[in-house]
Amino acid sequence: MSTPDTHSSARLSVLKTYKLYVGGKFPRSESGRVYEVTEAKSGQWLANAPLASRKDARDAVVAARKAFGGWSGATAYNRGQILYRIAEMLEGRREQFAAEVASAEGLSKAKAQARTDAAIDRWVWYAGWSDKLAQVVGGGNPVAGPFFNLSTPEPTGVVAVLAPRSSSLLGLVSVLAPVIVTGNTAVVVASKAAPLPALSLAEVLATSDLPGGVVNMLSGDTAELARPLAAHQDVNAIDLAGADAELAAELEGAAAENLKRVLRPDGDDWAAEPGLERMTAFLETKTVWHPIGA
Amino acid sequence: MNAKLFAYAPAPESRSVVEIASSYGLFIDGEFREAAAGKVFKTLAPASEEVLSEVAYGDEADVDAAVRAARAAFGAWSAMPGAERAKYLFRIARIVQERARELAVLETLDNGKPIRETRDADLPLVAAHFFYYAGWADKLAYAGCGPNPRALGVAAQVIPWNFPLLMLAWKVAPALAAGNTVVLKPAETTPLSALFFADICRQAGLPKGVVNIVTGDGATGASLVGHPDVNKVAFTGSTAVGKQIARTVAGTEKRLTLELGGKGANIVFEDAPLDQAVEGIVGGIFFNQGQVCCAGSRLLVQESVQEELLDALKRRLGTLRVGDPLDKNTDVGAINSAEQLARITELAEAGEAEGAQRWSPPCELPGEGYWFAPTVFTGVSQAHRIAREEIFGPVLSVLTFRTPDEAVAKANNTPYGLSAGIWTEKGSRILKLANQLRAGVVWANTFNKFDPTSPFGGYKESGYGREGGRHGLEAYLEHA
Repeated sequence: MSTPDTHSSARLSVLKTYKLYVGGKFPRSESGRVYEVTEAKSGQWLANAPLASRKDARDAVVAARKAFGGWSGATAYNRGQILYRIAEMLEGRREQFAAEVASAEGLSKAKAQARTDAAIDRWVWYAGWSDKLAQVVGGGNPVAGPFFNLSTPEPTGVVAVLAPRSSSLLGLVSVLAPVIVTGNTAVVVASKAAPLPALSLAEVLATSDLPGGVVNMLSGDTAELARPLAAHQDVNAIDLAGADAELAAELEGAAAENLKRVLRPDGDDWAAEPGLERMTAFLETKTVWHPIGA
Repeated sequence: MNAKLFAYAPAPESRSVVEIASSYGLFIDGEFREAAAGKVFKTLAPASEEVLSEVAYGDEADVDAAVRAARAAFGAWSAMPGAERAKYLFRIARIVQERARELAVLETLDNGKPIRETRDADLPLVAAHFFYYAGWADKLAYAGCGPNPRALGVAAQVIPWNFPLLMLAWKVAPALAAGNTVVLKPAETTPLSALFFADICRQAGLPKGVVNIVTGDGATGASLVGHPDVNKVAFTGSTAVGKQIARTVAGTEKRLTLELGGKGANIVFEDAPLDQAVEGIVGGIFFNQGQVCCAGSRLLVQESVQEELLDALKRRLGTLRVGDPLDKNTDVGAINSAEQLARITELAEAGEAEGAQRWSPPCELPGEGYWFAPTVFTGVSQAHRIAREEIFGPVLSVLTFRTPDEAVAKANNTPYGLSAGIWTEKGSRILKLANQLRAGVVWANTFNKFDPTSPFGGYKESGYGREGGRHGLEAYLEHA
C-alpha cells in the first residue's frame, strides 16, 4: 500500500486458514495434517494447506457420486448459467486471485493478472458449451431402416482430476470446467506446490449456485491422493494432467481395473484456446433406436 | 366464465415497475434522436386503447442514417475477438434477466397479451436466447460453416407484433454473435420493448451503431429491406409481405430468411391421452390469443373420439379467463390492434357464412379495447376459408379424419408448412407421421414449445431459413 495510512501500517492482517472443499463444506483434512506452502520465488511462508489423506479422497468420491444425479440431470441451460456465474464471482475477486497466482507461480503482477483474466474467460467459454456440445458431437443417424436413431452425449460420472502442477489457476480451470460443464462431478487434486488459488477457487464455487459435491477440492501429495482415486471402483474417469510420466503410467494401469476413461497428460498449452477433447474425453455416447411405422 | 366453479379476486400485476416516457426517438448510432422529418405516431395499450407513448416515425432518411451507423460499426464489431463479443451478449442476457419483470409488464401493456405469458414465456426465452447465442460468438468455427466463417455485414431485421421482444431476441442475438451489426424495425403497434432494449444495449456498454432501432410502419420496413447497403434481410410476419420482400431482394446479393404464416394442424388420434391433448389444443390455439404463426389452428380429430374430445375441450374453454392482461389469473388477453380484430371478425363471419358451426364459451368481454372470445368452429371442411387462411386469432377450426393417411393428407393440404402436432400414445406412429408432415416443427404430445437451442422455421410458404439452434447461426454467416 503506497498511500500513507496510519491504520494500515499499524494493522496486522488476518490470515486465512485454507481448507479442503468436500460436499459443499470446507473441512480440514480428517488426518489433521497440513504442509507448508511457500511463495514461488522467495520461498517465504504463505500458508499451511491441508495435507489431505486417502480417507479425504474417498469422502470426496462419495460426495461427488451423491451430487452426480442432480447435476447431470440439470438442464444444460442451467449448468451453463452456473458456469457463467462462476466467471462473474471470479471477476469480483480478480485482484485477490491475481495476487495468489503471482505468489504461487512466481509471476509479475501483470502476468498473473493476465492469467487470472484468461481463467475467468475460460469459464465463460466453457459455459457456452453446455447447450451446444450435443449439437456438435451428437445428432440423428440415417440408419438403413424404418428407425429413428439419435445419438446424444452423456456425462460419464465421477471424474478424478489431477490439476496441472505449474499453472495454478488457468491450468486448473482448463481441466475442471470441461469436466463439469457436461454434467460430470469432480474430485480435484490441486497442484501440490501451488494449491492456494485452487482452495480459494473452491470459495468461489461455493458462492456460484454450484450444488455442493459437484466439485470437491483436495490439496496434498499428488501421488498419495491419486493412487486411491485411480483404483477407486466408484470413479469413472481420471484426468492425469498433473501427474509426471512415471506416475501417470502407474495410475493408468490402476485405472484399467474398472476401465476408467483416462486422459493422459500431453504438455498442454493452457494459454491456447482449448478444443473439444477435454469435454469429449469424459462423455459417453448414448444411441436411442425407435421404430417408425403405423 | 363459469362463475359458480371459480371466483377469482382481481390480481393485477403492478404497473409501477415500468416507467414509460411520453415520447421516444429512434435509436441510431447509440443515441436516441428525433426522426429527420419530425414525424411521430402513437402506440396504444390494446386492452384499454390508452395512449402509452408517442414514438418517432422513421422514414427513408432515418433508415439510411441507421444503416450508415451499422455499417460504420461493422468493421470493429466483426473484427473483435469472439470471446469479447460473447461477453457483451452475456451482459445483455443478464440485464434482460434483471429487468425481466419490468419488460414483462411493458410488453403486456403494449401488446395486450397476458402477464402470465410475458412473465413465464416471453421474457425467460428472450434471456435464454441471448445466453445461448452469446456462447456461440467465440465458437463459430464449430457452427458447421467452415473453419473460419465470416459475418455478412449489416442485417436489416423486420419483426412482428405478436412476440415483440422475443422476435427481437431471435433476430438480434444470432446476428450479433456472428459479428453482424443490425438495424431493426419493430412492429408499428408494439415499438416499446425494442426501445427499452436500446437502453439495455446502453447499460451493457455495447459499442455505438452495433444495434440500431428504427420505429415506423410498413413503409419504414420497406425502406430498410430495400436499402442498397444492407447485406442480409430477416423478416418475420405475413406471407404476403414476405413475398414482397423476396421480390425486393431478388437480383441483389442480399441474403434472406423469412419466417411467415402458418395453418398448423393439431392431429389427435383415438388412443391419445385426451385430457393432455385438450390442454395442448387449448395452448396451441389460445396461447397469445392465437396470434402465433405456429398456432395449432386446425384441429384434426379422429372421428371415433370427436364427440368425447370436443366435450372435454368445451368444458375446458369454459374455465378460460378472458380479460385484463395485467391480471395474473388471465388466460386470454386483448387482440393486438383494431385492424387485427377486424380481420379475425371478418374470417369468423366467413366461417359462419360458409356453413361451419360457431361456438364460444359464455364470456364477458371488457367494454374498451380489442377483444375476441375464444371460438371453436365444428363441421369445417377443407374448402372453408377458416380451414385455409391464417386467422391469427383465437379461432379453432375442427376437422375430422378416419385413417392416419387421411390425417396426413389433410394436414399437408395447405400452402403453409410451419408447425404440426401429433397426439397418440404410439411412438412409431408419431415418428412416421412426423416424417410425412411437410412442416418445420412437429410437436408430439405437446405443442408450442420453444427453446433457443431448437431450430424453428417453415416449409413451403411459411418461409425459409431457421431461427434458433446452430442452424440459426447459418443465416448470419458466410461459409469460409
